[in-house]
Amino acid sequence: MKSENEPTILVIEDEVPIRRFLKVALTDHGYAFKEAQTGQEGIAKIASDRPDLVILDLGLPDLDGLEVTRQLREWSDVPVIILSARGHEKDKVEALDAGADDYLTKPFGVHELLARVRVALRHAAKLATRQEDPEYRFGNIRVDFGTRCVFVDEKEVGLTRIEYKLLLTLIKYAGKVVTQKHLLKEIWGEEYGEESNYLRVYMAHLRRKLEQDSAHPKYFITEAGVGYRLKVE
Amino acid sequence: MTDAKRDPDLLLSRLKQEESKNKRGRLKIFFGAVAGVGKTYSMLYSARKLQEQNIDVVIGYVETHGRQETAALMDGLEILPEKLVEYKGRELKEFDIDAALKRKPAVILVDELAHTNAPDSRHIKRWQDVQELLEAGIDVLTTLNVQHVESLHDVVAQITTVSVRERVPDSLLERADEIELVDLPPEELLERLREGRVYIAEQAKAAMANFFRKGNLIALRELALRYTAERVVAAMDEYRQAHDILHPWPAVERILVCISPSPLASRLVRAGKRMAEALRAKWTVLFVQGSRESAYSKNEKVSLTQTLRLAEQLGAETLELSGNNVPEEIIKCAQQSNVSKIIIGKPARHRWAEILFGSVVDSVIRLSGPIDVYVITGDENTSLPSRVREFNTTSAYSAYLRTIVVVAVCTCVAKLMLPYFEPSNIVMAYLLGVVIVATRYGRGPSILASVLSVAAFDFFCVPPYLNFAVSDTQYIITFLVMLLVALVISTLTVTIKQQAEEARLRELRTAALYSMSRDLSSTLDMKSLLEIGLRHIGDVFDSRTALYLVGTDGALAVASQGEGKRELHDPDIGIAAWVHQNKQLAGLNTDTLPGASALYLPLQGAQKNVGVLVVKPVQEDRFMSPEQVRLLETFANQLASACERALLSEDSAQAHLQVKTEQLRSSLLSSISHDLRTPLATIAGAASSIIEGTEALNLERCKEMVKEIYHESMRLNRLVSNLLDMTKLQSGTLQVVQELHPVDEVIGAALSSMEERLTSHVVKTQVPADPPCIIGDATLLQQVLLNLIENAIKYSPMGSEIDITAEWQNGMVLVTVGDRGPGIRNEHKAKIFEKFYREDTKTASGAGLGLAICNGIIEAHGGHIWVEDRPGGGANFKFTVPASETPNTRELEDPDPLERKNEV
Repeated sequence: MKSENEPTILVIEDEVPIRRFLKVALTDHGYAFKEAQTGQEGIAKIASDRPDLVILDLGLPDLDGLEVTRQLREWSDVPVIILSARGHEKDKVEALDAGADDYLTKPFGVHELLARVRVALRHAAKLATRQEDPEYRFGNIRVDFGTRCVFVDEKEVGLTRIEYKLLLTLIKYAGKVVTQKHLLKEIWGEEYGEESNYLRVYMAHLRRKLEQDSAHPKYFITEAGVGYRLKVE
Repeated sequence: MTDAKRDPDLLLSRLKQEESKNKRGRLKIFFGAVAGVGKTYSMLYSARKLQEQNIDVVIGYVETHGRQETAALMDGLEILPEKLVEYKGRELKEFDIDAALKRKPAVILVDELAHTNAPDSRHIKRWQDVQELLEAGIDVLTTLNVQHVESLHDVVAQITTVSVRERVPDSLLERADEIELVDLPPEELLERLREGRVYIAEQAKAAMANFFRKGNLIALRELALRYTAERVVAAMDEYRQAHDILHPWPAVERILVCISPSPLASRLVRAGKRMAEALRAKWTVLFVQGSRESAYSKNEKVSLTQTLRLAEQLGAETLELSGNNVPEEIIKCAQQSNVSKIIIGKPARHRWAEILFGSVVDSVIRLSGPIDVYVITGDENTSLPSRVREFNTTSAYSAYLRTIVVVAVCTCVAKLMLPYFEPSNIVMAYLLGVVIVATRYGRGPSILASVLSVAAFDFFCVPPYLNFAVSDTQYIITFLVMLLVALVISTLTVTIKQQAEEARLRELRTAALYSMSRDLSSTLDMKSLLEIGLRHIGDVFDSRTALYLVGTDGALAVASQGEGKRELHDPDIGIAAWVHQNKQLAGLNTDTLPGASALYLPLQGAQKNVGVLVVKPVQEDRFMSPEQVRLLETFANQLASACERALLSEDSAQAHLQVKTEQLRSSLLSSISHDLRTPLATIAGAASSIIEGTEALNLERCKEMVKEIYHESMRLNRLVSNLLDMTKLQSGTLQVVQELHPVDEVIGAALSSMEERLTSHVVKTQVPADPPCIIGDATLLQQVLLNLIENAIKYSPMGSEIDITAEWQNGMVLVTVGDRGPGIRNEHKAKIFEKFYREDTKTASGAGLGLAICNGIIEAHGGHIWVEDRPGGGANFKFTVPASETPNTRELEDPDPLERKNEV
């Protein structure tokens, strides 16, 4: 039984077995499944079918997945999750900076896939409604946007201006990976410079202040070579 | 015993010849007494015969001299085009050696072996072209007149009064495989001349009046016949030797030819050659540089080099010695090498000079003992270039002038001393003057000083003053002794000074050579070797340098061109290739391509030719002296053996690497085939049992098997990742990005990327309050931690603790991953970080790559990884990586923490 408003997901992938497996996994979890074999076909289908989310393989035979993302972003805000092999961190970062929303490293499990899909869809919905919460909670942490106060187990923690901005940015994209470049732009604007060397240090400070064990974090996750993710599920 | 009678040297050289003969082309010489006996005709005739036998015969160069019979014979034979060379407005036809080498026929005809090539040709002489053809394995037919044989040149000149410039070394004739005498009685030859069949009419008349006199022709014919006969005898002897024929061999004679730098010395060399030939003796040409001789002029040096080279061409050993006493050196050398006969030139000095200074010849004869000494006359008619010292003339005058001034000063001193001292003491002042002159200005001025001193002493210091007359006859003795003492002192002083100078030069050269070889031995890197070698050679010889090396494809390529002002821009690859192929010097001041601006030396290592050294002196007369060239050759040899050493070590390193790679490949294959197949077998088995399962297969069992499939495929994934990582490490493409990463972040990233697999164990982390920053590549270091933690999970019992700690240690971060597994036995502790090493091949899974990858990554970071026993059981895997303090971020922030709205 499929309802009319179930989200449509378009998979652009040239490998038949992967498309088949995604079809089973996604339809099984209540998503409408569409597929495309090449980049060109994918772009055409996005225009005609208007999917709610796109799963895009980076290594396509005709167009580079990165190129597809770039072309797509000129006219569409549809969330894009990219698929790529391990060891291609640079490609992932490029695609993310070009406008992709998240990524999955092959091989991946269904659990991981569905989590990413949920986050991306939720984020898109939030952007559409533009509703502003007065506060944000995850785990034992509460952020009060009005007073700009941060509490761990309801005990206030003092953050510096930059640490707070960092936290806000991560909350804004909660659940999604945020690249280093993206964070720098959000905090210092387009003209960031030397600060890039310090980003990791700010992140470490933030983690040490808010996490129980900074060497085994629960929320502020580092995706080596790609960026950071605020894990909220 | 037959063996004792056989000359081992001869046997050896015969073997060598035989060996090289197989590869070399055969040389056949059509030999005649004079032009016109029909050599070219005979040569063409035999060429036609060869052609009839279907042998590939080509005419390289034939001069018909307008003879129609000859030209007719050339019909139907392939003729190589001649090379046209323009020289002083005239067009010269020359044999084109490059075309011949390119055509590479079986047999080639090259007329007139003694011909001198046009300037700027590759070789000065045609016989050198022929030699190169032979080396290339081409058979050569050629023609030669007796007058052109090097050793017979003097005899022919005596008979005909015509000195021929075009001469062929005897060694080439000796190496000829066949010499065919083309003989024609003088009467018939003259008849042919008259008929105009040799030269065209007018030429013939002139020729008959001069060279072609009947007396000449008879003498030349006899010479040619005798020479050929000698060859036959020699060939017969050779045959006997080769075939063990018993024959009483005479004791081998040895002849020593002593030469001077005079151009006449070549006469001595030829005489030596003839005598050696006749006696079948070995012969040596010796030059002794006397320390008493003043420096030789440039002309003399050139002449000496030429004579020595001539001697080598004629088959002599050459030797250069220097010594205080020339005759003694000669005799010493003669005795050492068992010489039985010495040939020496008649002195050209005046008789009085001989009486005064003694003669080398006399001394040699006196000292010779049982050795025969042959004294050979110099030819008075040959112009003997007087020993003009171009460079010294002006300075010589001033030296003599200064000598006079010194004596004048001595006289003034003597005059001042006169009232207070005995005349015998005043003599000392003069002797001092003589010593000064001798040390400063050399032999001539010091003799002048001696004579002048005696005269001045007589004139000014012996009564009656200002008069040469002597009142007391006992002063005569004073004069004589004074003169004698002055001469002895001056001679000794000059000798000592020259010896010192020579010693200094020798010392300099030895030092230069030593310093180069020391520098060369300090490295095995080819590039720095060449740099060092070229720098030294450039400095010592004041030259620009370049160097060709033989590439792996066997072709020469420029390897270095010197540096800075020593850079040589335009070495000629053509000359270098020739030098490389023929293993001989070429270019500047040599016999081959003397027109080139640089000298090309082959770099001959012990086993093979390494390359070619090009040296271009800043001043072109730099290499005139033979000892300079020899010294340069010594340098080149040093460099060559150093290069060869480097090449060999490169080779062996390469071979070692190959063996290693081979081992790696085989262990990889055996490991992979096992580790890939096990999970694949599980996956395939589980999947097929689900597909073909009956209804009885319940959902629970199904899920179990699918879980199995999932785990095994994850295992495969890890294996493939490890293999890829290993390949990256192995190929050297691994790039370590040097960035600062807080150590807790690196540990955290590793842990969060494997969250699902950690559920079975308790992970505890411990980092300092202000954690240090690792300097390195976060992705790679995360990989190290991942592998270590995975191992810990694999080998520790479920539910046990895995401890991860980070701490400072000597400016590095020390990270420890501790498990509660069985631990690592001591004998395995070092080896587990090697590729494909597993502690126990039976129980453990995995290809044994994980720890090897960790090791590779940590080493690339400049750190160290090892394993220790963990107190209380288990293993502590530890590694260190460079680290720094966390950078201060305060200055980037406002001094106050976040301002809060509720406080405003």
